[in-house]
Amino acid sequence: MLCDYACRSVDHRMARRDFLGGLAGGMAAGLGAAGGLGVLTRPAAAAQLSKEQKSVICIYLNGGASQLETWDPKPKTDTGGPFRAIPTSVPGMHISELLPQTARVMHHLALIRSINTNEFDHGLGLYCMLHGRRQTPASEYPELGAVAARALAPENSGLPGHVKIYPGGTGGRSADSAYLGPKYSSVALGGGPPDNSRRPDGLSDAADLQRQRLRRSIDARFAQRRRTAMTDAYTQNYEQALDLMKRRDVFDVTKEPAAQLERYGKHDFGRHCLLARRLVEHGVTYVQVFHTNYDTHNENFNFHMQQLGEFDGPFAALVTDLVERGMWRNTLVVVLSEFGRTPTINQFYGRDHWATAWSICLGGAKVHPGAVYGKTNANGTAVVDKQVDHANLFHTYLAAVGLDTTTSFDVAGRELPMADPASKPIEELVA
Amino acid sequence: MKANPQQMRVTQQWPCAAPLIACRFDPSGEFVFASTEDYTVQRWRMADGHKISYPVAHESWIGALAFVDKGKTLVTGGYDGRILWWPVSGDKPQPLRAIDAHAGWVRTLAVSPDGKWIASGGNDHRVKVWNAADGKLVHELVGHASHVYCVFFHPSGALLSGDLQAELRQWDVATGKTVRTFDAKALHAYEPGERVDYGGVRTLALTGDGQHLVAAGLFNGSNPLGAVNEALVLRFAWRDQKKVRQHLVPGIQSLVWRVIAHPEGFLIGGCAGTSGGFIACWKEDVEKDFFRFQLPTVVRDLDLHPDGLRLAAAQYDKQLRIVTMAPKPA
Repeated sequence: MLCDYACRSVDHRMARRDFLGGLAGGMAAGLGAAGGLGVLTRPAAAAQLSKEQKSVICIYLNGGASQLETWDPKPKTDTGGPFRAIPTSVPGMHISELLPQTARVMHHLALIRSINTNEFDHGLGLYCMLHGRRQTPASEYPELGAVAARALAPENSGLPGHVKIYPGGTGGRSADSAYLGPKYSSVALGGGPPDNSRRPDGLSDAADLQRQRLRRSIDARFAQRRRTAMTDAYTQNYEQALDLMKRRDVFDVTKEPAAQLERYGKHDFGRHCLLARRLVEHGVTYVQVFHTNYDTHNENFNFHMQQLGEFDGPFAALVTDLVERGMWRNTLVVVLSEFGRTPTINQFYGRDHWATAWSICLGGAKVHPGAVYGKTNANGTAVVDKQVDHANLFHTYLAAVGLDTTTSFDVAGRELPMADPASKPIEELVA
Repeated sequence: MKANPQQMRVTQQWPCAAPLIACRFDPSGEFVFASTEDYTVQRWRMADGHKISYPVAHESWIGALAFVDKGKTLVTGGYDGRILWWPVSGDKPQPLRAIDAHAGWVRTLAVSPDGKWIASGGNDHRVKVWNAADGKLVHELVGHASHVYCVFFHPSGALLSGDLQAELRQWDVATGKTVRTFDAKALHAYEPGERVDYGGVRTLALTGDGQHLVAAGLFNGSNPLGAVNEALVLRFAWRDQKKVRQHLVPGIQSLVWRVIAHPEGFLIGGCAGTSGGFIACWKEDVEKDFFRFQLPTVVRDLDLHPDGLRLAAAQYDKQLRIVTMAPKPA
């Protein structure tokens, strides 16, 4: 966005003061100066939150995990399939036998079993779940990670506030922060440090310092007469990259003790969950971990056995680890997909897309542990109690980390709601 | 009468309350049994279609059926990890015995030629051999690294097993050692995008002359989650494990759930695919199927009647179909 810094608006004066202050300190650009001029319209809330930083770990089960094979089993029904339900550490709560280790930690977690997003398309379903709204050509909204980073990340953090981990992630940024600006767009990691984050061996500390001083000096001179939001974003990205390089080890799970590596498992998903814990522990506010693939139109039971067999141990390890480290009360963990799967089993022993009666799991932060919210009927074909949708869920995630979801972001003088103002959190679930 | 597969026709069709999973004729041919997705077994009398439902005693689906005690006893293997013994006859059958056999699904059962042993294979990667008369564990064979999909006894008593990763082993049951392996790797696919193992040795058979071991399933699994794959049958020389030939069903996406070596020398495959279900037939020395009989929906299991003329097909549309390989009587 091309911004006229001579317009002398309140936002610009605030941004300029913070920007210059940030440069003087040699740190990244200040409050909202890069990628837009957003600032919470309730600064007192931001100050309160900064005392106890909250974080979010979102585990995205790509393809649409079956609620009947995870959180809402219906054994011995025409839709239940071959798997049994097992008791959990919460009396009266049962989940699928494919999650035996998760069953032992369910007293830290909650289930929402009454989701109806009515969006059966992968892309559109994921949009709903990560934006809390339906996709529309009229507007572009920021993803949950961008909102969480904007609302929760410390202003001068040297680490990105919004991170996504998936095989092949190289450190590039995505365009998922909409009007919040590129500072809050996600950085994609492949399970280790971002690509190109190690200084070349032939470049000494002194030489690098000289390079950075030269860059800053030239940038500052340019900015005196041609400063725009784009130049701010450019500068901010460089400063953040420098800070990230200094803290590169944060991204390296091999720095963890062997026992931890063993506990989480040595496959990608295990290492990614461990990396997520590590990043959150070091101040990253939102980490999304990707696990694939659950789009089981064919041989749903065989493939869910494989995928959940890989998911169960690391997820239970993550929950336990966060609890043991005292991080659970400040960390929201969400396990979601773009939709669930049909109760009807098709001819290939598969299940197809299903978005009108499905489930997610969440816990930590202010979520009531051991809660089960909502209900489906006997064979899972419809919600019968406390139906909610993606907007309710989005509100609930933010409320669980202490945010007032009626708040708006001030973006270039416009008030843009943090979440869909036509919806609200599931208040029963959040303390 | 000789079987004529090219004159296949559905001669009987019997409904169930749920989609079918497995089917087998009892050794006498008087009955046909099928397991269904409502955790039960149905039994039909071939002569008149009279049906009874066995009571629910497994805690999950029944994936495997076999017969012991000279055909007087039915054995069922369930996805609850248990094996149950039942009477074949009588109108109110009750379980005779139940054992906890595997940690996870029992996927496959086979009975030794002398009727003394039952072999089972399961999701715990184990092959186990049980005393057919009393259900006691006799041997546990360790070596597979993935779900065991198929067990099979050679007439000599040799035991073979195949798994999801298409390992095909022959065991010395007494020592628990693998005697030899057959290279069935073509039946396995790992799809890196979807990150799943797919395929496996779904079914085994031995030709009537004892010369060839046949393993079948699928290959070219480019999209396992979407059932994009092709049927594949591998034929190995029993004597030296060399692959003699492969058999295909060109032109359609499918897999072979069960292969049968007909005594008259051709192979029969019960197939499922995105274009529906069918029975395919192959001659010994020809790669392509010589006949395909289309059915209304996927075939999940297939069995050959002792008369060599009739097939039972377990199908998704809640029907057990009897297909006869002979022309209509004049």
